[in-house]
Amino acid sequence: MDNALIRGLRLVGRLTVDGIWQIGATTRFMGMVLLRSGMTFRRFRLLMDEIYFAGALSLIIIIVSGLFVGLVLGLQGYETLKRYGSAEAVGTLVALSLVRELGPVVSALLFASRAGSAMTAEIGIMKSTEQLSAMEMMAVDPFSRVISPMFWGGFLSMPLLAAIFSATGIFGGYLITVVVIGVDAGAFWSQMQASVDLREDILNGVIKSIVFGAAVTAIALFEGYDAPPTAEGVSHAVTNTVVTSALAVLALDFVLTAFMFTGV
Amino acid sequence: MSSEALVEISNVDFSYNAQPVLKRLALRFPRGKVVAIMGGSGTGKTTVLRLIGGQLRPDRGEVTFDGKPVHRMSHAELYAARRRMGMLFQFGALFTDLSVYENVAFALREHTRLPEPMIRDLVLMKLQAVGLRGAHALKPSELSGGMARRVALARAIALDPSLMMYDEPFTGLDPISTAVIGNLIRKLNDALGATSIVVTHDVEASLKIVDYVYLIADGEVVAEGTPAEVTRSEEPFVRQFINGEIDGPVRLHYTAASYESDLGLDN
Repeated sequence: MDNALIRGLRLVGRLTVDGIWQIGATTRFMGMVLLRSGMTFRRFRLLMDEIYFAGALSLIIIIVSGLFVGLVLGLQGYETLKRYGSAEAVGTLVALSLVRELGPVVSALLFASRAGSAMTAEIGIMKSTEQLSAMEMMAVDPFSRVISPMFWGGFLSMPLLAAIFSATGIFGGYLITVVVIGVDAGAFWSQMQASVDLREDILNGVIKSIVFGAAVTAIALFEGYDAPPTAEGVSHAVTNTVVTSALAVLALDFVLTAFMFTGV
Repeated sequence: MSSEALVEISNVDFSYNAQPVLKRLALRFPRGKVVAIMGGSGTGKTTVLRLIGGQLRPDRGEVTFDGKPVHRMSHAELYAARRRMGMLFQFGALFTDLSVYENVAFALREHTRLPEPMIRDLVLMKLQAVGLRGAHALKPSELSGGMARRVALARAIALDPSLMMYDEPFTGLDPISTAVIGNLIRKLNDALGATSIVVTHDVEASLKIVDYVYLIADGEVVAEGTPAEVTRSEEPFVRQFINGEIDGPVRLHYTAASYESDLGLDN
């Protein structure tokens, strides 16, 4: 009985110490990323390369997914709203769903699996093949030269991707409801325009996507930097990035939604 | 070795996760000399290079580079010191997304504002020194192990360092590549007027090119001297290491319970 109690206490102690250590390590890592950001903005080319890598190369998956999400939202929304005789409100439903929730959340999840996992793998492999050490020994700080530009590239790309996701989704909703089903185009756009608020809906959606972008990029970079320098270590880190980012995005979404839209 | 030392390690203790790696280690690396640190795998040889480069901090003692303690330098001072160091990593550590040319040009682009034609000339000169000018357009994935090591060497000497550090430069190379790399280490040291530290367990290749040898076992210096002195030594450890003998003071087996008890034969 006593032994079980001691083992339980030890487990709680170990988990607590590990948790605190992890928080400390992540905070220190992010401090270094932010402190060593000078080069990123002095050498614009570094930032442009990372925006291309994290943003432009994610465009295909964002546009295709946005289109399909918009098509499905349009269909489901039309079928439901038609029962109450307000099929024209489908534009409002599609726009609000995308701008407030699905745009930031789904694009962050896609961003984590495409760009986040690639960032983790790149940093993890650079570490395990001593490329980061080699850079340090060439008197080039890996935080300034590689990690900070990646962070800012991801941070700036994510809101743009979310905006493109929402815009494509709205276009998908228009295609299926107006062009295919025959809902009146004027009603579709005017109802959307009347009910979507710039500050309340669009700005809050943008804030969400900025927070998600910072969280996903920070998680991806830390996991890569913290990965044990082995093949298994890097593969485990990539999995961790996708899982932790998804959970972080969904949890943050709940917290932000509670503050933004319900006045909690 | 009486001449002035570029790097000096004084009474350094170092441990990884409370496991002692170096114990009261004292080494001197005089200017202009090629010095080998030899010893079996896991004796802390690479750790010595990382302490000199400031990537690790000693638990006790001091590592000085050009008279200044490395672990007490500020971030800016440490990076200024590293500009005067070149390091060849065991497996090259080339940047895999850059071509051979861009790998060698990397430090030049980061630390100088030289015009592109001058960078090109310098890169081609460094590649010519290692015999790989013709491979400048290749990617690291297209190189053999020996070629990758030579490109990494060209990259390490890009800024004409005063200290060159080589981490196991001969591992996994065929005899011709081993001789080529060995020859390059000596020639580059003399041409650059540099000081070189070669961490290795390859006795034959290193004794041909170095001026002085430290033999390390269990984190301590167990023998030192010129290659001739080491080769003539009658100390059991030195004899066993130099001649690759199985029997001697260094045991093959990691500490374990008795063989009989592990096999269940002791009842």
